[in-house]
Amino acid sequence: MSMPFYVAPEQVMKDRADYARKGIARGRSLVALIYRDGILLCAENPSATLRKISEIYDRIAFAGVGKYNEFDQMRIAGVRAADLKGYTFSREDVDARSLANNYAQILGQVFTHEMKPMEVEILVAEVTGTASTDQLFHILYDGTVMDEERFSVLGGEAEAISTRLESAYRADLPLIEALSIAVAALAGDERRIEPADLEVAVLERTAGRRAFRRIDRAALAGLLPDAS
Amino acid sequence: MQIPLFTPNDDPGPDFAALVRRLGLDPQVPDSPVTDRFPVTHATTVVAVRHADGVVMAGDRRATAGNIIAHRAIEKVFPADRHSGVAIAGAAGPAMEMVRLFQLQLEHYEKVEGTPLSLEGKANQLAQMVRSNLPAAMQGLMVVPIFAGYDTRRGLGRLFQYDATGGRYEESHFTTSGSGGSLAASVLKQGYREALGRDEAIDLTISALFHAADDDSATGGPDLIRGIYPVVATITAEGFERVPESEVAERFGALVSVLTGRELGGVRIPETSSETSAGPRAGDGGPIR
Repeated sequence: MSMPFYVAPEQVMKDRADYARKGIARGRSLVALIYRDGILLCAENPSATLRKISEIYDRIAFAGVGKYNEFDQMRIAGVRAADLKGYTFSREDVDARSLANNYAQILGQVFTHEMKPMEVEILVAEVTGTASTDQLFHILYDGTVMDEERFSVLGGEAEAISTRLESAYRADLPLIEALSIAVAALAGDERRIEPADLEVAVLERTAGRRAFRRIDRAALAGLLPDAS
Repeated sequence: MQIPLFTPNDDPGPDFAALVRRLGLDPQVPDSPVTDRFPVTHATTVVAVRHADGVVMAGDRRATAGNIIAHRAIEKVFPADRHSGVAIAGAAGPAMEMVRLFQLQLEHYEKVEGTPLSLEGKANQLAQMVRSNLPAAMQGLMVVPIFAGYDTRRGLGRLFQYDATGGRYEESHFTTSGSGGSLAASVLKQGYREALGRDEAIDLTISALFHAADDDSATGGPDLIRGIYPVVATITAEGFERVPESEVAERFGALVSVLTGRELGGVRIPETSSETSAGPRAGDGGPIR
């Protein structure tokens, strides 16, 4: 009987983390930020149909970066969990925190027990009555959950984008300004991102039951500063 | 509550009802007639009318259990999603549950697939739900809904009626359901014209419900003491919109004054022996109009 080579657990975890990080870094990044009237989610995404940002429940949105089939599987599982919970109990009982914990459990489980970790980062955002109680849960490929304030950045270039956003961010920004700093932070100084390469949605604080609204590319062109 | 995960082979897809069944959350079907054991609460008369810009749906507010009025202010007309509505008649418990599952089904599909079902698809989905209720209907828990909506792809309002077996029938003018449904239908039949305006269509449904309540004890009329009026909703390109209760009250007021005007001056056929001796009798040449 052949024995497998001994590999230190530290090495196994490091290899897996490197693998996941590399996979995630191949894709484009995404930012979410709390503005005056809700939460803005803005992703660099050349596809108009394969989405990174979606509605989960009345006041909860999902965003994912990395490998599309993996985060889309997470998105659908989240919609199912939220709808089932609302059906079994009440719509008020569905919250972002428990969903984020569920995601963390799955990602953590896959990271330690499966052959291959999931190459995804997930954001669960919940809009509430006031900006100070809005929630942004950022979940990493290994199941780490971060409860973030003001804004959250997902993807390979998260650090650089966070630094840019940190200097531009102010509380209570109107949508048009929030959008412009989000796009500027995603792009950096050297390049410009056209509306055709953006996917934008908002969770509106004052909307009716379903707070999630997509801002399509035609509307986006009107909100972004001119190319000139 | 755990996140439900499936392998690609046994994934229920965007079907929420299938997901509920898979997890064993669907209700058990009774194995003997329920109505023999205890009175079941029934929701009664609902109507829907097509008009130039879409459809109007309306339902009275009464629920009965046997000869008892179980609820005075129950609602039977619900939004199914942004551009459609569902109205229920039949056993109230299973009917409410069906509406809840139907609403969730449409929203679930929209979220999972990223695009809403077509109006036709929604109507068929409801037909499947009514059909799956057939075993319960056999035991006395019949649910017969009306589905109406604005077909955004075709740009017109559409109506669907159902039967207990899940039969789905599209109607071009109006449809009714429930114990007072046939009474309401005869009023609608008299008043319906092609391309009614919104207000005319609302008045027509109000009149239909009033006359149904006039002759059917299970249908509730306007309750002027408590201020309870039928639920009326319009569905147009702008979506499902409930007509404000104040407007419904106003329109009922107008109807009541028209009807009262007709009664004034008329002399009733005497019905009691005391009146018979005092007043004019039929055949005596008295003024009978």
